[in-house]
Amino acid sequence: MKRFTQRTALVAVGGLGLALLAGCEIGPKQSTQTGYRGTGADQIVDVKHAVKTAAIPPEPYPLPPDGGQKAGEAYQNVKVLSGVSTERFNHLMAEISQWVAPPEQGCAYCHNPENMASDEKYTKVVARRMIQMTQQINSTWSPHVQKVGVTCYTCHRGNGVPQYKWALPAGAPHPGSIRGDRHNQNELSADAAYSDLPTTGFADYLLDAKTIRVNTTQALPKYDGKGASVQTAEESYGLMMHMSKSLGVNCTFCHNTRAFAAWNLSRPQRVTAWYGIRMVRDVNNAYIGSLQSVFPDNHDRKGPHGDPYKVNCMTCHQGQNLPLGGVSLMAQAPALWGSVAAYTKGAAAPAAAPGPVPVALNAMPATAAKP
Amino acid sequence: MALLSFERKYRVRGGTLIGGDLFDFWVGPFYVGFFGVTTAISALLGTLLIVYAASLGPTWNIWLISIAPPDISYGLALAPLREGGFWQVITICAIVAFVSWALREVEICRKLGIGYHVPFAYGFAIFAYISLEVIRPFLLGAWGFGFPYGIFSHLDWVSNTGYQYLHFHYNPAHMIAVSFFFVTGGALAFHGALVLSSVNPAPGEAVKSPEYEDSFFRDTIGYSVGTLGIHRLGLFCALSAGFWSAICIIISGPLWTRGWPEWWSWWLNLPIWS
Repeated sequence: MKRFTQRTALVAVGGLGLALLAGCEIGPKQSTQTGYRGTGADQIVDVKHAVKTAAIPPEPYPLPPDGGQKAGEAYQNVKVLSGVSTERFNHLMAEISQWVAPPEQGCAYCHNPENMASDEKYTKVVARRMIQMTQQINSTWSPHVQKVGVTCYTCHRGNGVPQYKWALPAGAPHPGSIRGDRHNQNELSADAAYSDLPTTGFADYLLDAKTIRVNTTQALPKYDGKGASVQTAEESYGLMMHMSKSLGVNCTFCHNTRAFAAWNLSRPQRVTAWYGIRMVRDVNNAYIGSLQSVFPDNHDRKGPHGDPYKVNCMTCHQGQNLPLGGVSLMAQAPALWGSVAAYTKGAAAPAAAPGPVPVALNAMPATAAKP
Repeated sequence: MALLSFERKYRVRGGTLIGGDLFDFWVGPFYVGFFGVTTAISALLGTLLIVYAASLGPTWNIWLISIAPPDISYGLALAPLREGGFWQVITICAIVAFVSWALREVEICRKLGIGYHVPFAYGFAIFAYISLEVIRPFLLGAWGFGFPYGIFSHLDWVSNTGYQYLHFHYNPAHMIAVSFFFVTGGALAFHGALVLSSVNPAPGEAVKSPEYEDSFFRDTIGYSVGTLGIHRLGLFCALSAGFWSAICIIISGPLWTRGWPEWWSWWLNLPIWS
């Protein structure tokens, strides 16, 4: 009897141990120290499970030299890229169909093949706005995208709709009742890195301009109904989980967790992220939000509340601290670096597109971290 | 310190593990032994090295003094003294001191002919320390993963290392360890309260026997673990707390690198419902 019990216990313990190990990463690790020695500021990744850079499609054909006839001269209804040379305009169109359009549709994904100038397909109207957005990101938001920049491929990766996106949550299934109402938490969503934390931070921080200032400045503060509550703390924690998961990093990539809020203890990466939050907010409001009436209702382009799908950190980063592993496609798409002066008949050749000059969009926090 | 009248009876020769009769004597109330000597030497050397390394540092503020391990780039090699070498030597001194202390306890147990429960229990504390400073750094391939010797700095290390896994409360071994810590505290409080209640009866009444204590718990929860059993239970709970604490940090990094919440996706991916 005793022997039987012992054997059962052994099998149970051994089996449980094996089951627990099955959920683990056994392989070799790669470590990077990101702070002073002994502070515990390290990035440790399991080499086997680290996100690999996605295959980047080869350029459809080499970038033709600038000059010659302008797109606005050769084609009808060119509103954003009229100052680009026809050769380069066509090159960009070939790239866009490679980056965004489903292969079986090609140009016809946005254009009416009988009349390429027509705006009858909503996808063409969206694409035009997205080109403006890309130019805005690369010029105005260079504190975030720096000299790498973004192209359509950074988010789309060959998909008509980027793989990672979000929309306003459906809300309580039974309004007026607590039944089934998860308050957008405890959902085991990748958006909160599988924690119980809420994902409402997307709407509050990446669409609305709520500030993430939940750290108290005094000991044992009393909640006065204003400012940060436990709920806002959890909401911002949820957003931070999303950022970490999206970048494949941990909290110490930006923060010294002794004092999350202190800029003088943070790494310069936190400044990049600070701009990133505001960039995403700009994208979601000024560009995607402006397309609400353009997107069709029945096309899997909108969430349950009828708002178009929006971007978050995962849309571009997709598990990597540098999207696409830091590879820049800007050299093959110079028209996306910033707005291009429009073509006007008879005018002198327009100036080249502005380069990626960092522009401070908002005043930095008073005690910004030094690089 | 006064020697209790009956204590001389227990001061017996022999039972030493090493050194024979050489260090088999007492200084005041303290048994010395070979391991008492090694404890004293390594503890003194380690402490002096901490003070010396602190003197080379930027502050004498007791809260801020920190002797940090080497950069990760040194891997498992020795580092120059001022770049983590002090930390390495101090760590060796600490381990020698702790293990010597445990072996000194073993010698005392042998002299008295009692079980090795105390050194066994103390061994779990040593295991927890070695897990943090040796086992996990070794598995990750660099001494730089150990915690620094400083009051604030080691707390910063704990915080940052925890946040390397986004939300450490989702670490399964941490969950078990925390539960055991709570149970240990609770069990000790129940036990202490029960003993005090028995020896503090109503005025004029005799002190109550263990049968009363057993009856109290049988009436309350249907079972009493008993006077000896409660100490076995207490030891088990306390050692489990320390053991699972060590496990929870050993697996953080060597066996899991992402956020701990995500680890639980194995549950979601079970073939039963996925």
